[in-house]
Amino acid sequence: MTMSEGDLAVTELHFVRQTPLGPQPAPSSLTGPTAWLRENLLSTPFNIALTIIIALLLVWAIPELVKFLFIDAVWTGADRNACLETVQHREIGACWPFVWERLPYFIYGSYPLDQRWRVEIFFVMLAIGVFWLLRLDAPRRDLGGLYFFIILPVCSYILLHGWALIGLPVVDTVLWGGAMVTIVVASVGIVVSLPLGILLALGRRSQMPTVRLFSTIFIEFVRGVPLITVLFMASVMLPLFVSEAYSPDKLLRALIGIALFASAYMAEVVRAGLQAIPKGQFEGAMAVGLGYWQMMRLIILPQALKITVPNIVNTYIGLFKDTTLVFIVGLFDFLHAIEVSRIDPKWATPVTSTTGYAVAAIFYLMFCYSMSRYAKAMEARLGKGDRR
Amino acid sequence: MSTAVVAQSAPRVPFYNDPKVRSIAYQAALCAVIGFLVYSAADNAIVNLRRAHIASGLGFWNHTAGFDISQTLIHYDSQASTYGRAFWVGLLNTLLVAGLGIVFATIIGFIVGIGRLSKNWLVSHACAGYVETIRNVPLLLQLLFWYNGVLKALPDVRESYNLPLHIFLNNRGLIMPEPIGHGGEAVMWLLMLAGLIAAFVFRFWAKRRQQATGQQAPVFLVGLGLVIVPALIYVLIAGFPYTFDIPQRGRFNLIGGVSLAPEFVALLVGLSIYTAAFIAEVVRAGILAVSRGQTEAAYAIGLKPGITLRLVVLPQAMRVIIPPLTSQYLNLTKNSSLAVAIGYPDLVQVFTGTVLNQTGQAVEVVAITMAVYLTISLTTSLAMNLYNARMALVER
Repeated sequence: MTMSEGDLAVTELHFVRQTPLGPQPAPSSLTGPTAWLRENLLSTPFNIALTIIIALLLVWAIPELVKFLFIDAVWTGADRNACLETVQHREIGACWPFVWERLPYFIYGSYPLDQRWRVEIFFVMLAIGVFWLLRLDAPRRDLGGLYFFIILPVCSYILLHGWALIGLPVVDTVLWGGAMVTIVVASVGIVVSLPLGILLALGRRSQMPTVRLFSTIFIEFVRGVPLITVLFMASVMLPLFVSEAYSPDKLLRALIGIALFASAYMAEVVRAGLQAIPKGQFEGAMAVGLGYWQMMRLIILPQALKITVPNIVNTYIGLFKDTTLVFIVGLFDFLHAIEVSRIDPKWATPVTSTTGYAVAAIFYLMFCYSMSRYAKAMEARLGKGDRR
Repeated sequence: MSTAVVAQSAPRVPFYNDPKVRSIAYQAALCAVIGFLVYSAADNAIVNLRRAHIASGLGFWNHTAGFDISQTLIHYDSQASTYGRAFWVGLLNTLLVAGLGIVFATIIGFIVGIGRLSKNWLVSHACAGYVETIRNVPLLLQLLFWYNGVLKALPDVRESYNLPLHIFLNNRGLIMPEPIGHGGEAVMWLLMLAGLIAAFVFRFWAKRRQQATGQQAPVFLVGLGLVIVPALIYVLIAGFPYTFDIPQRGRFNLIGGVSLAPEFVALLVGLSIYTAAFIAEVVRAGILAVSRGQTEAAYAIGLKPGITLRLVVLPQAMRVIIPPLTSQYLNLTKNSSLAVAIGYPDLVQVFTGTVLNQTGQAVEVVAITMAVYLTISLTTSLAMNLYNARMALVER
């Protein structure tokens, strides 16, 4: 076949592009803030309506909140006159001088002024223990456990309650109050409920029928009744059940009630963890000749507790919130301190209650939210190990 | 070398290392310890009660109570009624607030839980903010806030907020028109009940027909018609069987109408909002447990998102949702005992509070209160186990 001149001229022309086209920018409707808005806020009429409603709600609520907490708030003052609309002739938001003045009471209650350094040392010791245990890369975490579950409780008791032998004057628990009581009650609950909960969980899965029966009855009974009734039982029935000489004081009664209550919930959390351990682990441990406690301590519990850490922390959050209930049996915890202060005639204004409750909400929110972030982070971390 | 096998007897284990013996010994020790604790507690209790001159037994049940209760669903008279009557009043109040709380918490919880999974950024983050804040603040604080911070801070009677439909809101609570029947209302309600039954029968029939022939029927509209139309016809013929007692502004007070005490409103609002945050999490987990393929398949056959949620996702999610949902309902019921902090006359406030203080019979009173809550809890768990067993059979 021969080629004519005309054919050559055709092949000179390129109808098909021979170099690839550079990447085009995505259509403007699919990228950038407008696309994000369209995709996330305005995709359907229903969504548009929702967006508008919620935006209106936020536009109304957030400025109100900011106005109350900061813009209209009173920052300095000596007594209620600083926070009274009728005296100041302007709109009044939060009454912060009330909080500044009452802050020591919120933290220490009626603990003697010259002994408050003891409470501060307790807070520091507790913080060290908590960080030691929570930081997974901290050195010697086994020592941390020993410190947190044995050394710390003993030292704290001596420090806070006092021991005349070493020169620390005894401070009666009637004087304890504020955040200190909240933290003491929560810590005792945390320290007692984990070991007791583990024992109860093991008891409920035991081969021995009586042990199983008693553990199950205890767990189901406590979980079936409100904490208030447990606290009432601890505060009005417990003194009847022990002879008068050993009658526990009010704080100890509440501590017993809270600790038993938390243990039952902890037992169920731990039991769920135990159930997640494959049977082969038990059989393997027995096959290498470990006894029951060795098997539990070395093989089963380390695995079971590891996967339950998020749930244990969630139980602790519940426990921390439940400490407010000691208020009802007459202890001066943080909430009770606020409740007593807000009706103090010296600071009686229409905004005092709201200010007090805002402080309480921030306090509990701070503790519980950080615990819940920790639980989330642990969950993510544990999940990472399981994903391949 | 002899190859004879010497028959080996089992290695001698000392009897105290025999697992069976050990197990029995442990159990006996446990029983002994618990027996001793119970015995010494009972012994001390008898001594302490005798010293304090406190009667024991349930004799107080029929004694005249002599104190007033602010909200009573059944007839109660402070001079003539007994402690037993007070107990029933308290129990009914607990059940009332728990029942209404469950309804509201479920509605809010489902909306927020579904909202948290919404594609709308604003909606999902607003719902997440709600859940995170409410879950991390103690319920007691929230109740005190609603009671002292909101309801008690409302203006007094003379400056009540005037809401539509003659509803007034002030620091004595929510005052609404009270419907007063003057004969014939029973017929109206019976007609509505009959309509409801007929609607269920129709729904059953429509479902069977749909499964047999594929034809759908407008179940909701027909059902609504069945409930409303007969009652409406009756009302048109015989006249509306209710008149409303509308609250009027008097000199110092609002006269007439029915009022909801601020304690009740605060407790109901607090419990509903708090529990709703937990229910939202339960609902979210349940929906996430339904595999994505289900939603995609539903979209692929052309179902709209709303219908997909209602017909495909929720029915499957319910299986995961219902057990934890029940335990949230139980929590709400148990948490209603916090009423004691704001003075709503529930079981704990009336019985474990006032009755215990007046009689001093701590053991009996606390035991009865616990028994009530325990009965509610155990009955619910039993029903839950039955439900789970039924659900397990449906699964492959």
